[in-house]
Amino acid sequence: MEKVQNNKAWFLVLPVLILVAFSAVIPLMTVVNYAFNDTFGNNQFFWNGLGWFEEMVQSSRLHAALGRQVMFTGIILAIEVPLGIFVALNMPKKGFWASLCLVLMALPLLIPFNVVGTIWQIFCRVDIGLLGRSLAALGVDYNYTNDPFDAWVTVIVMDVWHWTSLVALLCYAGLRSIPEPYYQAARIDQASRWSIFRYIELPKMSGVLLIAVLLRFMDSFMIYTEPFVVTGGGPGNSTTFLSIDLVKMAIGQFDLGPAAAFSLMYFLVILLVSWVFYTVMTHIDTQEYR
Amino acid sequence: MRVRGSTIVMTVYLLFLLVPIYWLMGMSFKSNTEITSSFTLFPDRFTLQNYVTILTDPSWYMGYVNSVIYVVMNTVISIAVALPAAYAFSRYRFMGDKHLFFWLLSNRMAPPAVFALPFFQLYSSIGLFDTHIAVALAHCLFNVPLAVWILEGFMRGVPKEIDETAYIDGYGFLRFFTQIFMPLIASGIGVAAFFCFMFSWVELLLSRTLTAVDAKSIAATMTRTVSASGMDWGVLTAAGVLTIIPGAIVIYFVRNHIAKGFALGRV
Repeated sequence: MEKVQNNKAWFLVLPVLILVAFSAVIPLMTVVNYAFNDTFGNNQFFWNGLGWFEEMVQSSRLHAALGRQVMFTGIILAIEVPLGIFVALNMPKKGFWASLCLVLMALPLLIPFNVVGTIWQIFCRVDIGLLGRSLAALGVDYNYTNDPFDAWVTVIVMDVWHWTSLVALLCYAGLRSIPEPYYQAARIDQASRWSIFRYIELPKMSGVLLIAVLLRFMDSFMIYTEPFVVTGGGPGNSTTFLSIDLVKMAIGQFDLGPAAAFSLMYFLVILLVSWVFYTVMTHIDTQEYR
Repeated sequence: MRVRGSTIVMTVYLLFLLVPIYWLMGMSFKSNTEITSSFTLFPDRFTLQNYVTILTDPSWYMGYVNSVIYVVMNTVISIAVALPAAYAFSRYRFMGDKHLFFWLLSNRMAPPAVFALPFFQLYSSIGLFDTHIAVALAHCLFNVPLAVWILEGFMRGVPKEIDETAYIDGYGFLRFFTQIFMPLIASGIGVAAFFCFMFSWVELLLSRTLTAVDAKSIAATMTRTVSASGMDWGVLTAAGVLTIIPGAIVIYFVRNHIAKGFALGRV
């Protein structure tokens, strides 16, 4: 749609601007303040320049947390996106079963994060959990509180359980918007199932799929509550992701300067990747509307 | 043959989703001794004691009341400010619109962990700490950008000729917006409200940091079930089941819009 140039539209945006400025800019300025200053308490600050940033960039703790975070996000995107597409392709098209599937699939998305953690904690515990007990009965040596590998598997399966439905629902919405004649034409051309998917369904889904990947990237990159409840970042530091490490540093140890410098860099990384996604997304949008 | 294949896939996937929830529910109907001493698929002695504990103890059930209060406040505020902004983004080009839109979205990307401590200090210094409005405002950080994004997607689907016709017919902006435009995107508003509700309801970190006693959320209340006698699994799981119920009710109401809603109106 052709938009009209009108600078008065700023007045319509003003409430949002004020509200978000209050709840985003002021706190962000506090973070920036901490990041460049050092303090001995009593609200007395002195300039520390880039000191905290240098310390954080060289910190092996940060590198390890970042490495684990990238690995985690990579793994869950690699599992959830194909699985979500696959589930969406298999969902019933209409009628009672379609509604039932939609409602049941949306259910995990509306469970508070800490309850998700609790569910998987009680599900996987070796002493009282269904999965833990079953695996033990089958002779599998599984204990997520001691073994880093088991902890990783637990956290990843939990995230797949929690968020695959989001990807699936998005893809499902994309699939529903494909007009029936496309499929009829494909049938006349005797296209194989794979080429229908590759040349009709996938291009039509690309827009929503990008939203899915963007949302999953952002949310998995700042995941905090679920692994915190299940593993507490352990065993050792093996499931300490960036957010968990940050909260430990800022609220646990009250190392405000390093934590603030860490926050800013963390935010910038997310911002950068999201900007790339967003640019690609708006590019696709404008092409579609042409 | 193909139908049966997809049925199997969906059955397996839904089982994967539901079995952990079933385990949570099953456990909430057991007594603590049964949970720790024996291993049963169904509750041996079915008990409602865990639910009675929660529903008769103010320190428990007030958690739900507090959560609902700030979630509703947040939803109302988010939608109210997002509506005009989304209209502006969907209809007009103005100075810096693209940058502003991305800046708004970037707040959705900010990790709550980054903001937890500054929020605590900000709200303490203006005397809002431990109030419902503090949590509601803090959650606006990620809900307002999302609401603008969703509503903009829906509004783009309404042809601009409708606006022009209304103006020619002598409608003022306010009357046009509330009487003609809002009913047209009612499903979009519903979907945006659903998302605001959802993300505010499930968030733990900010609501825990910003409340202590008076406005303590249910998520924060649940973290205190570790007592001297060990974990109180029965009550913890019962509380968990009760947090799922509001979500399930909301899903039921928006089930017909859910697919399009998840695509943020962009299909």
